[in-house]
Amino acid sequence: MARRTFALNRLPGFALIAGITFFLLYLPILTLVVFSFNAEASMSIWGGLSLDWYRAAFTNRTVQEVSLRSLVIAVSAASVATTVATLAALATTRTAAFRGQTLIYALIHQPLMVPEIVTGVALLIFFAMIKVYTGYTGLAYLIAAHSAFCIPFAYLPIRARLQTMDITLERAAADLYATPLQTFRRITLPLLMPGILAGFMLAFVISLDTVVITELVKSAGQDTLATYMLGQMRRAVTPEMYAISTLFLLLSIVAVSVFFLLSRQRVG
Amino acid sequence: MDTSADERRILYNQPPNPLRPEIAVTWNATRSDIEIIDLSKVFSSGNETFKAVDHVTVHIPDNEFFTLLGPSGCGKTTLLRLIAGFEQPNSGRITLGGQDLTALPPNRRPINTVFQNYALFPHMSVADNVGFGLRMLGQSRRQIKHTVTEMLALVEMESLAHRRPAQISGGQQQRVALARALAPRPRVLLLDEPLSALDLKLRKTMQSELKRLQAETGITFVFVTHDQQEALTLSDRIAVMHNGKILQIGSPQEIYTHPAERFVADFIGDSNFLTATIVHTHAESATVKLSSGAQITARLPHAMSASIGRTVTVVVRPEHAMLADQGVLQGTLEHALYFGTDTQVQIRLSDGELFTLRRQNTVGQLPLPALGTVVNIAIAEGAAQVVRH
Ligand SMILES: Nc1ncnc2c1ncn2[C@@H]1O[C@H](COP(=O)(O)OP(=O)(O)O)[C@@H](O)[C@H]1O
Ligand SMILES: [Mg+2]
Repeated sequence: MARRTFALNRLPGFALIAGITFFLLYLPILTLVVFSFNAEASMSIWGGLSLDWYRAAFTNRTVQEVSLRSLVIAVSAASVATTVATLAALATTRTAAFRGQTLIYALIHQPLMVPEIVTGVALLIFFAMIKVYTGYTGLAYLIAAHSAFCIPFAYLPIRARLQTMDITLERAAADLYATPLQTFRRITLPLLMPGILAGFMLAFVISLDTVVITELVKSAGQDTLATYMLGQMRRAVTPEMYAISTLFLLLSIVAVSVFFLLSRQRVG
Repeated sequence: MDTSADERRILYNQPPNPLRPEIAVTWNATRSDIEIIDLSKVFSSGNETFKAVDHVTVHIPDNEFFTLLGPSGCGKTTLLRLIAGFEQPNSGRITLGGQDLTALPPNRRPINTVFQNYALFPHMSVADNVGFGLRMLGQSRRQIKHTVTEMLALVEMESLAHRRPAQISGGQQQRVALARALAPRPRVLLLDEPLSALDLKLRKTMQSELKRLQAETGITFVFVTHDQQEALTLSDRIAVMHNGKILQIGSPQEIYTHPAERFVADFIGDSNFLTATIVHTHAESATVKLSSGAQITARLPHAMSASIGRTVTVVVRPEHAMLADQGVLQGTLEHALYFGTDTQVQIRLSDGELFTLRRQNTVGQLPLPALGTVVNIAIAEGAAQVVRH
């Protein structure tokens, strides 16, 4: 059947240009992944396939330590952020319109608007004060900073899901004698779960990746994977970093894919 | 397979199982009539206020199939939601069996709703949907299973108990929504245009199904529709709503043959509106003079003051008028539309208005006079009705 409408993808060379664009976009990352399997310690000469750098990364005590710390921070921060974001999303979609609603939206999205470096500096000074008064120098500062930073990322998918969820379902539950708490537990929460998981995944990835805030807030010996890698790269670029980066990439891809799958799911 | 209506009634009327104490009070009342007293609901957005329900007073007795009929936007859903408890009135009260419901949240009113879009829980099976209310009431697993089976049988959905709502058709979802609302044995069932999403054939089937369920369960039904035919077919009584007010309440026959307001006559069925002057008044009727000069007797709406000499509007239904040798109105035959069972005849009256009459088609009937002929129209005794504006 002849199509009369204008279709961009029918223009000559469309596939070629698209192909080249994608290739260039992913070429650096592809190089990184390929060279992480290089048998040579070189960054330019291919010496055959090997898993040596992965072995090195896995047996490196420091890498193990910072990876574990990154995971602890990311899981904690994502949990806190997702909880807060869920409550915020409920409060902004399941209540009658109230005065100052727009302001609340702006406040929730604050971390997206304030430059990360500004937040970092502010937190550095603020936490320094608290450290002086309390003497506490543990991981809680990093977790708190990451939690706050991740809230809008968790909030967006949760709110999106709540907005597509028919409020009549919650009315129907109340009509069938469910108390507000029962309605939340049996109707709202199960239907919202994909959105919450998606929000968690996004917050998790963002926390893993945040360098600026971490760098400014961390106490001595509190490197995360990201800040550790940055530090290492300043000294010397080794293929071990390639291997770690590739694994990091893999983790991100998995989390973000889960995020996309969950946010695409229809209600019901 | 098919349990008889009598058996079903016995099943359904088993005394309610022990209920959560906070609901039991209203639930176990001896009566389940609804009294709505001077109820108003105002929505405001910015500086504008909108009266969605405007001083409504109505009594709905036990076991009645009561219908709220009116055009879209007249406040039917709002009134229903006030009864269910999803909205709080600005003034007025609602009682059930003499007990005030106004302050109770929806989950403490022994009233269930069949929602316009069914609102089935998408993450639960058909059986779990039907059992939800019972579970919330704290009944035992065994009781729930028993009642769910019974309810699914009542709406003939046993075979699809394990499906999800997305896996069944619209008509089946409708039945599940009904079963879910009936399962807790509420005192009152609210139905918000439950049939409007179904195609014509299914709608007819579900209409008789609803009528059957109401008769078998003896529950008071408050049914909302904008479809006059549906209202006339199903209801014991109809309340016609317009702009948040109830204009008239009565049996389908009363509403149809004796509309009290011009809006009611216009909204339900076809009508001819004639301008007339009051000549005499009697207890419930008046002698009025039509534009042709002829005098007829017309019924007066309840409590309408009709002073002699006042100009009023008289309604005549098309099927209550006929062509005759001697009549009360004259005009020129302008159109004839053949509908199979009847023919609609349109006549231009001498005062310029168009009058429609409906002539039943029978075999061996005299043919209609030719178009353009001057004809006489007679109006059946007792068929004329004075309406308010
Ligand atoms: N929550 C609300 N806020 C503002 N206006 C409303 C609200 N709910 C209903 N209305 C208005 O009240 C009127 C009656 O609505 P509704 O009861 O849904 O009518 P119906 O069911 O008869 O079609 C409509 O004009 C509608 O716009
Ligand atoms: Mg409505």
